[in-house]
Amino acid sequence: MISGSKSQRAVFELRDVTVDFGSVSGPVLQCLNAEIPAGQFLSIVGPSGCGKSTLLRLLAGLQPHSSGQLLRGDSADNRVPPGFVFQQPALLPWRTVLANLRLPCELGGSRTAVPSESELLQLLQQVGLSGEDIRKRPAELSGGMQMRLSLARALVHRPGILLLDEPFAAVDDLLRMKLQELVRNLHDARGLTTILVTHNLQEAALLSDRILVLQPAPAGLVCDLPSGRVADHTTWRMSAEVIEIQHQLTKALLTQ
Amino acid sequence: MNQQPSVRQRGSSALLQLAGPLLVLILLGLAWQLLVTLLQVSPVLLPGPRAVMTAGWKIRDSLLVATGRTAVAALGGLLVSCCCGTVTAFVFAQSQIIRRALYPYAVLLQTVPVIAIAPIIIVSLGRGFLSVALVACILSLFPIITSTTTGLLQTDPLLQDLFRLHRATRWQTLIRLRVPGALPYLISGIRIASGSAIVGAIVGEFFVGSSESGLGALIQRKSTQLVLSELYATVITATLLGTLVFSLITVLSEQVLRRWFGMSLSGRN
Repeated sequence: MISGSKSQRAVFELRDVTVDFGSVSGPVLQCLNAEIPAGQFLSIVGPSGCGKSTLLRLLAGLQPHSSGQLLRGDSADNRVPPGFVFQQPALLPWRTVLANLRLPCELGGSRTAVPSESELLQLLQQVGLSGEDIRKRPAELSGGMQMRLSLARALVHRPGILLLDEPFAAVDDLLRMKLQELVRNLHDARGLTTILVTHNLQEAALLSDRILVLQPAPAGLVCDLPSGRVADHTTWRMSAEVIEIQHQLTKALLTQ
Repeated sequence: MNQQPSVRQRGSSALLQLAGPLLVLILLGLAWQLLVTLLQVSPVLLPGPRAVMTAGWKIRDSLLVATGRTAVAALGGLLVSCCCGTVTAFVFAQSQIIRRALYPYAVLLQTVPVIAIAPIIIVSLGRGFLSVALVACILSLFPIITSTTTGLLQTDPLLQDLFRLHRATRWQTLIRLRVPGALPYLISGIRIASGSAIVGAIVGEFFVGSSESGLGALIQRKSTQLVLSELYATVITATLLGTLVFSLITVLSEQVLRRWFGMSLSGRN
């Protein structure tokens, strides 16, 4: 476990972490070093196939590493499984909205009691779904509503860590803007540690406190960029700093 | 959001679906009658559809009883094959080693000539309902095993990740994810197997040949008596029974999938 006063606040610490699937092209991640403190909104960007999603799966415990050390902070955040939003909504088609939402609390690793229906309704309203939708099945929901439900499901067991794997890649621009703001607001309101994998540089600049840029596989860290984000989302979205961060990210990716 | 079709829309689309095949049937009947009339084919060689219908009406009581018996034997066999097939699929889905060891024997069920196996079963179990149902069961088992095994193995990898993330036990993953996920595959397997079960029952009855048996025995009797119009009527009844069972199972499957999954067999929502 992580020791020392500085590391006490870290939820993840990667020391020379390598992930190798044994393919001829070599490892996916190579000697990656990073520390992720609690409460941070971190984005991971990089070209397609550079191992962003592999890194996220590694942090979620879904992917073992071949060498190096992945240290998890000994806090409540790490005892509850992290919330995970996949690229697709990944809902059970035979379950209603309410039953899908309840799923994480029914499974083995959950230490939280199944929330009451009113608590679940409150959560659904937080992500922009109404009480009228609770008896519907996923096939009756639009793509945006399915994504909102997926986000609510990731939060239902009150995780301290939220992992997002390009969750807004398949939605239209307007909905993406709404969902981005929703995710950032939920991060702030719930005091989460959020890690977002995205290929959208504007999204990374807009939402994050810090951005990690990965190079093409075997991925290593190219740059670790603090964003200096301000709390007011609308002001921040319109600010020159966001454009400046995008420029820096583009430069970092192009000079690889 | 998807718009649900109204009851009226569904009714008219079902009518349209029926109208096509019905039209083809009428045209084929007309062509058949025309052929027989124009070429003056002897009824001993090829009776016309009118003669077949008249013969069918004449023996309607024995046709009805035989159809009932065949249907019961086929559905009984199908029910047993559903249970055995699902259990076998569960075993197959547990590991690749088990699958590799047992799959060739499952293929045997499909490749063994039913004409050869039916007499063996009848010799072992006697000339009765049990033998007929067992032939139907053997013939309908393979599609259920393969479909359900495929369903149990083809679980969405993202959903598997979700269950692993929440540290679901093997049992929870089976009951909450793999079994419900395999249900559309099982339903599809039952649809295919239903036709095989009817064929199996008729072949079984053909060999049982007792007077108490169903359509298969009737076919055999009529062929030896050389009453061709009645033989045709019996064969057509057997075909209609297969079509009816297949259609009923399809409608039931659609209902189950629509109600529990919000999806349909054609893949449309």
